[in-house]
Amino acid sequence: MSELNNFMIEIKDLHASIGDIPILKGINLSVNFGEIHAIMGPNGSGKSTLANVIAGRPGYEITRGSIIYQGEKINEFLPEDRARKGIFLAFQYPVELPGVRTWQFLKAAFDSVRKEKGLKELSIREFDKLLEEHRQAVEMDPDLVKRSVNEGFSGGEKKRNEILQLALLDPTLALLDETDSGLDIDALRIVSEGVNVFKNPNKSILIVTHYQRILDYIKPDYVHVLMDGSIVKSGTSELALELEEKGYEWIKESMSDGS
Amino acid sequence: MNNSYMENIYNQFNRLDDSANLWCNAFRKTAMETFSDIGLPVKRKGNEKWKYTAISSIVDKKYLLADKSNIDIDTIRNVAPYSEKWTNIIFVNGYYDSRLSDLPENGMILDIGSAMLDNSQADKLKNTIGSIIDYSDEGFAALNSSFLQDGLLIEIDDDLDAIVNVIFYNTGDSLTFNNPRLFIKAKSNSSASIIESYVGGSAHISLTNSVCEIQVGSKANIKHFRMLSETDNTYDVGYSRVKIDDDAIFSSTSFCKGANIGRYDSTVVLDGVQANCNLKGLYFTSGNQHMDNYINIDHTKVNGISNLFYKGILDGKSRAVFGGTVLVRKEAQKTESIQSDKNLILSPYAEVDSKPALFIYADDVKCAHGATAGNIDADSVFYMRSRGIDAATASKLLIYGFADEIINSVNIPELREYLEESFLKSIPDYVFEF
Repeated sequence: MSELNNFMIEIKDLHASIGDIPILKGINLSVNFGEIHAIMGPNGSGKSTLANVIAGRPGYEITRGSIIYQGEKINEFLPEDRARKGIFLAFQYPVELPGVRTWQFLKAAFDSVRKEKGLKELSIREFDKLLEEHRQAVEMDPDLVKRSVNEGFSGGEKKRNEILQLALLDPTLALLDETDSGLDIDALRIVSEGVNVFKNPNKSILIVTHYQRILDYIKPDYVHVLMDGSIVKSGTSELALELEEKGYEWIKESMSDGS
Repeated sequence: MNNSYMENIYNQFNRLDDSANLWCNAFRKTAMETFSDIGLPVKRKGNEKWKYTAISSIVDKKYLLADKSNIDIDTIRNVAPYSEKWTNIIFVNGYYDSRLSDLPENGMILDIGSAMLDNSQADKLKNTIGSIIDYSDEGFAALNSSFLQDGLLIEIDDDLDAIVNVIFYNTGDSLTFNNPRLFIKAKSNSSASIIESYVGGSAHISLTNSVCEIQVGSKANIKHFRMLSETDNTYDVGYSRVKIDDDAIFSSTSFCKGANIGRYDSTVVLDGVQANCNLKGLYFTSGNQHMDNYINIDHTKVNGISNLFYKGILDGKSRAVFGGTVLVRKEAQKTESIQSDKNLILSPYAEVDSKPALFIYADDVKCAHGATAGNIDADSVFYMRSRGIDAATASKLLIYGFADEIINSVNIPELREYLEESFLKSIPDYVFEF
C-alpha cells in the first residue's frame, strides 16, 4: 500500500479557522508509516484543532494548504469517509450518546469501516467474540457495553472506551487528543498498552498532549512544539523531557533570542 | 357563529335508537343538554386549555355517527400492538366486536353494550360510567357521553396476570365520528397491566372522540399504556380522568404518533394519602400534524409522589403542544413532584409550545419542573461520523436514542417490540447540516 517516498500523512502550509478566528497558521508536518509523533504545546496553541481538522470536524475550516493522507488530498472529505479510510480520532472529551447503546454504536462503526475495506460483515457471534477480546484488553466493565455510549461513564472509562474503539476499528492513523487528561496511573497504563499494541510498521500515531507524562508510556519518534498555530520547534523524544523541565516559556524565550 | 355542527350533532343524536336501558337513555339526555349549552371549545381566547389548538377544521364538517363494521383480525394486528398472550378486546368504530375479542368468562370485563341489556348489571353501570369525569366544561366528553352505546368496563379484583389489551379501531369511513368509552376500576390491593390503543383511520377524514375513566383503589398497582396511532387524516380527541386512592400506584405511558389533530387531555387526581403516579409520554409529529398533550396532576393529600416525564420529536411543519398543571393543594404536604417535557426539533418549520405549570399551595413540598427544545447535538453527530457512521445513520440512531428512554421503560416485551418497530419505521432519513 505504501509507495516509496509516500507518507502516512503530509500536512502542507495548513491554515485553519474556527468561525472567523484563525487557529492554525501554516503547519508543515510529515509522518512516515510506523512513526509516532507527539504534538506538544501550551493551552490554546492549536493542538486539538490540528487533530480535529485532520479528522474533518465540521466548523473547522481549512483556509489554505493541504492534508495529504496516503497520497490523497483529503481537505474536502467527509469525516465518515476519513474514518473509513483509516483515520481515527480519540477524543479529548468523548461524547455521551443518550439512548444509543454502546454495542449498537460499535457494531455500526465496525460494519461501516469493514465495508470500506472490502471485508465481509461479521456475524453477531463473531463480532461479539472480537469485541469481548478488546474489552478485556482495556479492562472495561462488561456492563458498559450494554449501556448508552459514554453516559454515566467515569473519565477513565470513557478513555478506555476510546481505546477499545481504536483496537476494534483498527485504523492506520491514530490521532490521540489529550488522551492522558483525567487519567489515573492505572488507567494511563491500560490506555498506553492499548496504543502500544496498536503500533506497528504500517500504522502511525499522532499524540496531542500538554504534558510529557504519557510519553513515558508511549515513546514518540519525534516531538513538535506548537505555539500560536505553527510548529516552532521539532526534535526527538528528548525535546519532551526538556520541555517538562524548562516549560513552554523556555521555547518562547529561545525564539525571541532568534536562536 | 358557526352552529351548523351543533345542528348536525342533534340530527345524529335524534337518529340514535333508544337504549333498552333507562339509565342509559337518561345519561345520554343529560349529557346532550350539557353539550347543547357548551358546545365544542371553538373559542380559544381566554380558554387556557385550548389556547394552542384550533379545532375549527374539526367543527366545520358534518359527521355521521360511525356504523358497525366487519373487519378481520389481520387488519387489526397490522396496526395495533397485539399478542396471543394477552386478553385482546377489540372495538370497531366504538362498538365491541365479540368475534375478534377474547373476553374472559369471569365477569371481570364487561362490554357495556351487552351489560345495558341486562338488568342485573344496571347498578354496576350506574356506579361507574361517568362517575369520575365532569363534562360540565368539556364539550368533547359531553359529546362522547351523549352517544353512549357501548364501551368497556374492566373491574380488577385481584392480581390480573394476563395483560388486557383494548383496541379501538376506527375504519375511517369518510366524515364519520366514533365514541370509544372505557372504565377501569381497580379494587383495593389489585394489580394489572392495561393497554389502550386508538388505531385505524383511512385516507378520509374521521373523528375519534374517546373518554377513559380509571379508578385506582387503595394499595392497587395499575400499569397503563396508551397508544395513538391513527392515519394523518384522523382527528383524535381523548379525554381521561384518573383517581388514585391511598397508597396506590398508577403508572401510565402514552405514545402519540398518528393523527391530523391529536389531543390527549388527562388529569390524574392523587385522591388518597401516599398515592403515587408516574406519567410518561412520547409524541412524534411530522408533516402537518398537530399534537396536543394536556396532562394535569392534582395532589390533594399528604405524601403524594408524582413524576411526569414527556418527550417529543417534531419533524416537517408539525406542531406539538405540551401543557398542563401540577397542582399541589394546601392539604398535600410532603408532596414530591417532578414535571418535565423535552423536545427534539428536526425541522426549522416545526414548532412546540411547551408550558408545564406548577401551582403549589402547600409549604412543605419538593417540586421541580422544566421544558427544553433543541436540535440534534452537533458534537454527537461528529463523534459518530468520526467512527465511520454516515451522517444520516448517526442522526437516526440519535433520534431513536432520544425516544428510547421512554420506549425502553416499557416492561412488556411484545409491546416494547411493537413500539421499537413502529417508531424506528417512522424516523425520517435526515441529514443534519451544521
